Amino acid sequence: MPRYRVILVHTTAAAMRGEAVLNRAGLGVKLIPVPRNLSSDCGLAIRIAAQDREQALTVLARERVEIAGVHDME
Amino acid sequence: MIYLDYAATSWPKPPEVLKAMVDFLERAGGNPGRSGHRLSIAAGRVINEAREAAAECFGSGDPLRVIFTPNVTYALNVGLQALLQPGDRVVTTGIEHNSVMRPLRELAKTGLDLVVAPCDPTGGIDLDALRRLVTPGTRLVVANHASNVVGTILPAADIAAISHHAGALFMLDAAQTAGVLPIDLKTLDVDLFAFTGHKGLHGPPGTGGLILGERVDVDAMRPVFAGGTGSRSEREQQPEILPDKFEVGTPNGVGIAGLAAGIRHVMAHGIAAIRSDEMALTAQLCAGLTTIPGVQIYGPGSPAARTATVSVTLAGKSVSEVGWRLDDEFEILTRVGLHCSPATHRTIGTFPEGTVRLAPGLATTPAEIDATLRALSAIARG
Repeated sequence: MPRYRVILVHTTAAAMRGEAVLNRAGLGVKLIPVPRNLSSDCGLAIRIAAQDREQALTVLARERVEIAGVHDME
Repeated sequence: MIYLDYAATSWPKPPEVLKAMVDFLERAGGNPGRSGHRLSIAAGRVINEAREAAAECFGSGDPLRVIFTPNVTYALNVGLQALLQPGDRVVTTGIEHNSVMRPLRELAKTGLDLVVAPCDPTGGIDLDALRRLVTPGTRLVVANHASNVVGTILPAADIAAISHHAGALFMLDAAQTAGVLPIDLKTLDVDLFAFTGHKGLHGPPGTGGLILGERVDVDAMRPVFAGGTGSRSEREQQPEILPDKFEVGTPNGVGIAGLAAGIRHVMAHGIAAIRSDEMALTAQLCAGLTTIPGVQIYGPGSPAARTATVSVTLAGKSVSEVGWRLDDEFEILTRVGLHCSPATHRTIGTFPEGTVRLAPGLATTPAEIDATLRALSAIARG
């Protein structure tokens, strides 16, 4: 299993909102610049622990934070 | 000094608003959503907190549908210009501010079918007459939640129902009511909600926003302003996703930080409690005004049908003289004239002279209302 997953979102506002709702759900998250190998977007992505994937996606869907993709990250 | 100009802007601002603005400049000075370093992220967090506070305050389920703008006039312009096409039918009311009337008149030059539903001399609206004007196929109904001249509250939920029955969207101008009346966008069923930050929400000038409801088809709207968003930088076209579609360029982070603190201040105080206090002040003010010879009060008689904004004229006195004497002799600050709303003054019969507007608010005391009544009595006597 990879160490982290990176959740891509469409806007920086969504990254900020995503960080807030995941933090409130008790998940450890870190905002990172979007890795250039995943997207040419110059915004922010949400990095979570790999095992938190399902819970994080559930929280984001419930809070209507639309995601653009989920990728593994070492 | 007695400040009775809350309908123009609230003053003084709560200390936590000033603190939040200083904190933003000292500790969160990056450009939100642009650079990805810690100061940029800190600024972005503050703006997200403001988005969440606004969504919570107005009962909007989705903070990402809160679009920050420099003021309510920009919010109204963005909504109107993004949505409307030549040939669209739009119905508005006879108590609109020029922030609504002027953009609609501009759009009417290029083919907008604009209809103004008349209001009665107290600023109230005849819902049956409105229903007849909102014909099937009407694109949008725009209404002032409360008059900035006479305080009349329009029945937003009823107007929303009439709009939706005809297939139209409903836009509410909450310049005078955000932070002053309890507002739940789901209950009122508002589609486009425009608010200002510096009046009832007690934030700084230079803040406001537009909240889009689920019924609004964002893809069918034009961006109005286009430019950098920090997202989708590989594309030269404006992103379609909210809020970036309508938020371009570096935002007023320091102002938005103050706005978030203002909203939290108002919510902690309780908007229902603010409303109750203001109704009591309005009742006291209106009761006292009726005892002064020569004073005419405009707007609805019942405090429940109005905000704390009260317009008066004094027989034989020009409004400019009354306003100047209140300031110069009594240090009571009001606003006289047409209040950027010729439509309302035509509706209530005070165009073009205007009125003296007395607008108490959060920090106004009953003693200040008494002092204002004594001052007006003295001015009325000679």
